[in-house]
Amino acid sequence: MTASDTQPIVLKDLRVETLGGTPIVRDIGFSIAPGKVLGLVGESGSGKSTIGKALLGYAAPGLRIAGGRFLVGGTDILGLSEAGRRGARGRLVAYVPQDASSALNPAVPIRRQMIERLRIGADRMSDAQAETRIRETLDSVGLPTGKAFLDRYPGELSGGQLQRVGLTVAIVTHPRLLVLDEPTTALDASNRASVLELVSRLNAELNMSSLYISHDLGVISAVADEVMVLYAGQTVEAAPSAPFFDAPAHPYSQALLTAMPTTRMRKELRGIRGRVPPLAERAAITGCLFAARCDLATPECEREMPPLTPFAAGVVRCLHAGRDRKPAAARPEATPDTAGPALLSVRNLSAHYGAEPVLKDISFDLRPGGCTALVGESGSGKSTLSRCLIGLHEDMQGEVLLDGVPVPRRIRARPTWMHRDMQYIFQDPYGSLHPRRSIGASLAAALRLTAGPDARPAREAVPEVLARVALPPAMADRFPSELSGGERQRVAIARALIGNPRLLICDEVTSALDVSVQASILDLLQSLMREDLAILFVTHDLGVVRSISDRVIVLNQGLIVEEGATARVIGAPSHPYTQSLLSKVLEVA
Amino acid sequence: MSESTPPSRAGYIARIAANRSAQVGMALILLVTAIAFLGPYVAPYTPSEFIGRPYNMAAEGALLGTDNLGRDVWSRVLHGGHDLVWMAAAATLLGLTLGTAIGLAAAYYKGLTDLLLMRLIELKLAFPSIVFALLFVTMFGPGKLLLTVVVGISQAPSVARVMRGVALSVVRQDYVQWARSVGMPSWRILLSEVLPNTTSPLLVEFGLRMMWSISLLAGLSFLGYGIQPPAADWGLMVNENRNALAIQPYAVLTPILLIALFSIGCNIFAEGVTRAIGRTGN
Amino acid sequence: MTGTADPARRVPSGTRKNLGIIGTRLAISLVLLIVMSMLVFAATQALPGDIALMVLGRDATPAQVDRLRSLLNLDAPVWQQYLLWAGNLLQGDFGTSFISQQPVGDIVAARISNTLVVVILSFALSIPISLLLGVFTAVHADGLGDRIVLLVSIALNALPEFVLALLLVLLLSVKVFHIFPPVALLSPEQSVWAQLPRVALPVLTLALLQMSYFYRLVRATMIDVLNSDYVEFARLKGMPQRVILWRHAIPNALVPAVQAAGTIFAISFGGVVVIEYVFAFPGLGTALAEAVGSRDIQVVQAITLTIAVIFFATNIVTDLITLMLTPPGRGGQA
Repeated sequence: MTASDTQPIVLKDLRVETLGGTPIVRDIGFSIAPGKVLGLVGESGSGKSTIGKALLGYAAPGLRIAGGRFLVGGTDILGLSEAGRRGARGRLVAYVPQDASSALNPAVPIRRQMIERLRIGADRMSDAQAETRIRETLDSVGLPTGKAFLDRYPGELSGGQLQRVGLTVAIVTHPRLLVLDEPTTALDASNRASVLELVSRLNAELNMSSLYISHDLGVISAVADEVMVLYAGQTVEAAPSAPFFDAPAHPYSQALLTAMPTTRMRKELRGIRGRVPPLAERAAITGCLFAARCDLATPECEREMPPLTPFAAGVVRCLHAGRDRKPAAARPEATPDTAGPALLSVRNLSAHYGAEPVLKDISFDLRPGGCTALVGESGSGKSTLSRCLIGLHEDMQGEVLLDGVPVPRRIRARPTWMHRDMQYIFQDPYGSLHPRRSIGASLAAALRLTAGPDARPAREAVPEVLARVALPPAMADRFPSELSGGERQRVAIARALIGNPRLLICDEVTSALDVSVQASILDLLQSLMREDLAILFVTHDLGVVRSISDRVIVLNQGLIVEEGATARVIGAPSHPYTQSLLSKVLEVA
Repeated sequence: MSESTPPSRAGYIARIAANRSAQVGMALILLVTAIAFLGPYVAPYTPSEFIGRPYNMAAEGALLGTDNLGRDVWSRVLHGGHDLVWMAAAATLLGLTLGTAIGLAAAYYKGLTDLLLMRLIELKLAFPSIVFALLFVTMFGPGKLLLTVVVGISQAPSVARVMRGVALSVVRQDYVQWARSVGMPSWRILLSEVLPNTTSPLLVEFGLRMMWSISLLAGLSFLGYGIQPPAADWGLMVNENRNALAIQPYAVLTPILLIALFSIGCNIFAEGVTRAIGRTGN
Repeated sequence: MTGTADPARRVPSGTRKNLGIIGTRLAISLVLLIVMSMLVFAATQALPGDIALMVLGRDATPAQVDRLRSLLNLDAPVWQQYLLWAGNLLQGDFGTSFISQQPVGDIVAARISNTLVVVILSFALSIPISLLLGVFTAVHADGLGDRIVLLVSIALNALPEFVLALLLVLLLSVKVFHIFPPVALLSPEQSVWAQLPRVALPVLTLALLQMSYFYRLVRATMIDVLNSDYVEFARLKGMPQRVILWRHAIPNALVPAVQAAGTIFAISFGGVVVIEYVFAFPGLGTALAEAVGSRDIQVVQAITLTIAVIFFATNIVTDLITLMLTPPGRGGQA
């Protein structure tokens, strides 16, 4: 082992800005020892991917690396010429993409994509050497090494295989640092667990350092030795993993952890008010960028930017570091109502996509005033089930009763009161609102479409429903493009509520949102349930299930495998499938 | 929360209006349209008046000389755009309406409707537009109404393809799905949810179709199957005078210049709109 | 293209699927072709009113009218007329032109090769130049060269064919330079290959129009590809620009380029009508333009159908190439 193999990798004062000079990230620095993993955590817009790419001396079009030193084995990569940086890319620092299915070239066989980096540069390998190296590497990531496999194109591989090929492309050169940009976000739970395990093992075997970028604190706690929290392009806290998760020091870190659901208790989730200051507004903020959203903020927080100062085992950028907020609280368990008359009854429902059955003989009841979670992995049929109920999937057999009245299979055959009573909320907040219509107009249109005989005029109903979802009345004049994801999802909920429905079907409504926003949306849904509204909450996230629902239905390959009170099913699952789902959950210990 | 952002409804129109190419394109379109419609009122002669020897570059009172029959070229130019421009505009509107209806219906109803409509379009595309038009002119003769309708129909397939593509992505959006989920009738979904969100590509198509309509109509006139003599028409003038290109170029170049300005204006406008909406096209 | 590695599994199933796709396309094209022939027939011969009078005009002699009626079988029911006409077409008999008294097949055959020469020569000129221009301007997008080429192409693309043709005549043969003849009259004794300078202007006109469209499509496709995740990943991998361009970008731009080239080839047979007329070039286009004027129904029928057949044949060739170029596992895009 040479001296450079034991040297840590050091980043100092990295600054990436737009061509106009607005900083995207600034003052970023860290040090990673060989064999160690640094977890870089941040919500969307924090600049974490920008940092990841900057470590390869690369800035996306429209951005430039404006400063910093990045030392890998004695070489300052950011000080190199473009040709020098290119030589370092893939060789000293390698990148693992978020979504290998789009990062691998569809028109090039995977052998060529894995081998090509080994065959160029000053230290290029012979064809035979390179071939041996890719076989070794494929073997260690658990992929076949045969010629038949190597000759495949990306389009012929499964999602899990693709992600491993992406990893192979990166590690085949035995780089000193591996930058992993959300490499498991696009994977389902079982693939995620095995990729994470692989990363840990390879790190040790190859004595590589890794920078693991993720928005998911659960993943970071499973993989990282040290943690760095990013907020609005700045480091707010960095510390070794164990003490960090034990006692986060920065109010933002604390708030993130408080917002994270867990399967271990019916946790009271708290969101973070306001939103990350947009790029254009950051320059005008002289003090702490988080102050406007912080419960601990004092006037001096807004006066000037607090420096990163040592605190306990790490560093924190906060004047009030370590002052604990209220600890996470558990809410009392809810017992599902099992006696009253059913609001919605599903009897022997089956559904198909073309010839393929997706739902088989599903039966259950929903009663007013509770939240039933419908859980399953992708492909379990959970979305199809919810779409059958609302009428968007018509290829189904069986019976659905609303208040004892049969619900016609075809959407256009349903009377208005059914449209009013059952409302659907979609996953993607960016597609769910008419972009050319103001919020007020969208809500008024929804009121007209679902109005019952006792409906009130829109000018009264719109401000009222906005208040119910905790939005100001002025929101009515805005357009969707001016709203944040969380605000849009609130509007979508308001649109569902305006006709006074009795059942809300929520299809993964929080899975596209940051965890702090998710917490506030879940909180909102909680408050609505008290108003005797039933919610069917479709999700893949068991932590969310535990927090919000009183009853769970577990779906696997179109069949209900387990059903019951949430505390019982999540606390002591009886079906092996539910048990295996729970065993793959990654959360902060 | 950014209180200062302008509402997005005004946003996209403002972006287009602020685009230099779109401005230049629109200015050219309006300039040529103004010449075409106001020209007859300021022309010194009627289009069929004989004022001198043929191909006389120095005829008295004739700014651009005389044409093959000794008529005033300038007066014929001022009279010769009127029919061309209105026919092109009417054909474009017809093509856009028809194409949009077909494209939206195919995207929304999918399945058999989509399949049949797309095959119908392929059928039409097998005839190049000019061949398609000539087929009808053979039997019905070159009437203005017929030409307008045929040119309009021949524009529809391209519009339909573009609008189908745009509408397919709009139809997938959750706000359209939501409208379906509360039982909104299909025709209202298409009119109030889908159509308003296709206006930007429709504006691009307006520019392109206008360009092709004017090209096609002028081309037909040039072949002698458009506006009939002795009427003045830019395409026809080119045909009548092109053999004297070397001795009386104005009689050919002036109509050519106006046609070119108009169609280039349409193309620049389309390009400008594409850029203006593409930049923030998400 | 498909690897020989795994012959037992992949190649045959892929080939079978491709054959299926091609078979379906062929069947659809055949059906469309039949519908098309009905349309052409309906638009010319099955109109309400007396076709013979429409063609010959009010002052035709009864003898003329009778001869035309028998030539077109106008006394039979419409469906019989169609079957007779279509049956003759299938046997290669396009009928005899009432106007020129010549077999229609001979008129079309003599002209089609001339037109094909013009279209193919212009295609051979415009495709390589457009590819080069498209790739170059995409790599240097928004640079000065890109802007100039874009501006020129916007102007060229907008011009009606006859306008561009006459401007070229002014520039290259009448006013500024005197390089090419302003007309492209061919001597029937010699083959068109022996008289190539005479077709230079028609070819150049058509090629410029093709380029103005095709280069922009190549440019747009290349820009998309260069902005893709896989090109960024190749950069992050440290691959040099040359490899990124040739190995990672261009192969992915081929399929859209081939499809656009097919479309351009097919629509060139429309553009060539007016261009041929400008240069008095003896091709399908001038034949069509003349036949329209004299209401020579059979010639109009034959030429429109020929152009439609070329369109469908081009489509099928384009589909075949697309299938060959589509990487495995990406099927169903074609």
